[in-house]
Amino acid sequence: MNIILESKELVRYYGTHLAVDRVSFEVRRGEIFAFLGPNGAGKTTTVRMLTGFFTPSSGTGLINGHDIVRDPVEARRHIGVVPEEANVYVDLSVWQNVMLMAELHRIDKRTRTERGRKLLQAFDLYERRNQDGRVLSKGLKQRLMICMALVSGPDLLFLDEPTSGLDVKSARLIRDTIVRMNKEENMTVFLTTHNIAEAEQICDRVAIIDEGRIAAVDTPDALRSVVASRRSVEVTFSDGDYQSLSPEGFDGVEELKPLSQGFKLYSATPGRVAQQVAASAIKKGLEIQNIRTLEPSLEDVFVHITSGKNKRSENHE
Amino acid sequence: MSEKNNNIWSGQVHAALVVAKKDIRIYYMKPPVIIFGVIFPIFFFLAFAIGRPVPVADMVPGMLAMALFFTASAVGPLVTPWERQAKTYERLITSPASLGAILAGDVLAGAGFGVVFSAIPLIVGYVGVGATVSSVLPMAAGILIGAVAFSSLGVLLSAPATQSPSQIMMLANLVRLPLIFVSGVFMPITEMPVWGRAVAPFSPLSYSVDLIRAGYGEETYFPVGLSIAAIIGFSAAFFALALFFHTRGRRKAVE
Repeated sequence: MNIILESKELVRYYGTHLAVDRVSFEVRRGEIFAFLGPNGAGKTTTVRMLTGFFTPSSGTGLINGHDIVRDPVEARRHIGVVPEEANVYVDLSVWQNVMLMAELHRIDKRTRTERGRKLLQAFDLYERRNQDGRVLSKGLKQRLMICMALVSGPDLLFLDEPTSGLDVKSARLIRDTIVRMNKEENMTVFLTTHNIAEAEQICDRVAIIDEGRIAAVDTPDALRSVVASRRSVEVTFSDGDYQSLSPEGFDGVEELKPLSQGFKLYSATPGRVAQQVAASAIKKGLEIQNIRTLEPSLEDVFVHITSGKNKRSENHE
Repeated sequence: MSEKNNNIWSGQVHAALVVAKKDIRIYYMKPPVIIFGVIFPIFFFLAFAIGRPVPVADMVPGMLAMALFFTASAVGPLVTPWERQAKTYERLITSPASLGAILAGDVLAGAGFGVVFSAIPLIVGYVGVGATVSSVLPMAAGILIGAVAFSSLGVLLSAPATQSPSQIMMLANLVRLPLIFVSGVFMPITEMPVWGRAVAPFSPLSYSVDLIRAGYGEETYFPVGLSIAAIIGFSAAFFALALFFHTRGRRKAVE
């Protein structure tokens, strides 16, 4: 079975407020799948339905072929969950927290001991295994939560904002370890994040949710091609009256954004625009400090899709 | 029963035991809880018993029943609100433990705690005033099944969808205290006024006290078989209601 997670027309109301509106997508086995969206878009609600914390108002989902509504216990047997808010047992030690989750998944003692040790070592927590959860910093708690989710050897790992608010070192450790486990153990990862650069860096495919509805699902490259016009040329000058260049008049420039000592020009043909800028600057005796062409980023895609002008028209799948 | 169903059941029984172990470790093995479990029922009972012309040995069944009732139902009402507050409830709910298994684990922990602490008045009664158990079966039934019933009541009381333990404590005391007064803890049901005798059958504690009295060879108000059936019935009803209200509470909490 190539599809490990299938969301089928999931709907969730809070009272009369429609938080998630017929959300459908598929996650393929072994991929890292990012779920992006602005605050309040329905990301966490969707994850909470898929992981069994909320019951959908309608619709359902399949995890490894098990229906999350009709067969929730069996569906949950295949997943590990790292929620957005730290929820380790502060009265239990690091080791006891990890073992508790392994026991709930009915992992035999030998396996859970071995796996727990390896995970705590991978996340630099083994030396702290006897410390209570209450004394851990936010970053350490986050690492512990990931160990707790991984100790059962899940087929599918849900990560809700796993690096949010963490220092660079902790965030990198988490990111690198997850990518390694994805590659080495073929573990599928469902990543909810605000960090678009992170999604761009590690994810195979991305879904963008906005106002409770899926706006786009595709690879980062394919999504970037949607906003080809967001290619750009960024140019800065050492000194001089660079504004006299009147770059908005160059061929192919669609939009100009001023920078502190220069400007950014959006164009579908950034190479040609760069040539014009350079030629003009030489003619006027201006010294170019830096000039580069930029491909659209996933952030451009995200802003483009969630800004309103193209809502609900980009559903690629 | 198919092999798949067997696996599901054994998986859920295992999950309940894991939850019970976690509860005992986190919520019960704390000095304040242990002190409360020992001290509170003793002093509460003495406050009502001292000065009355009742032989001390006759107080032992009531004290035992009171200790069992308080200890078995003391922490259960608070576990779910505490877990909601700490967000660990989400961790349990998204694990392969069903809500029924989680609640059964909470019940088991409370019942185990109650049974262990009921040994104190049992031993004190024997050593201090020579109160000896003459009939093991009703005594064991009164303690073991009673502990399950009281613990299930505690878990039922934790159902309101709140993260505030203080709200639950108020509700718990509102329900538990009247049950004590009508249950024959302070005086045998036969000596109660008419209204007391009328409401006594509605308290699970009445049957537990009666069975414990039978264990000490005292006269009972209800037939032993009826008391056992009644406590089993209360246990099942409390657990079913707990499951129903917790399920509903979960829905309400997020709507």
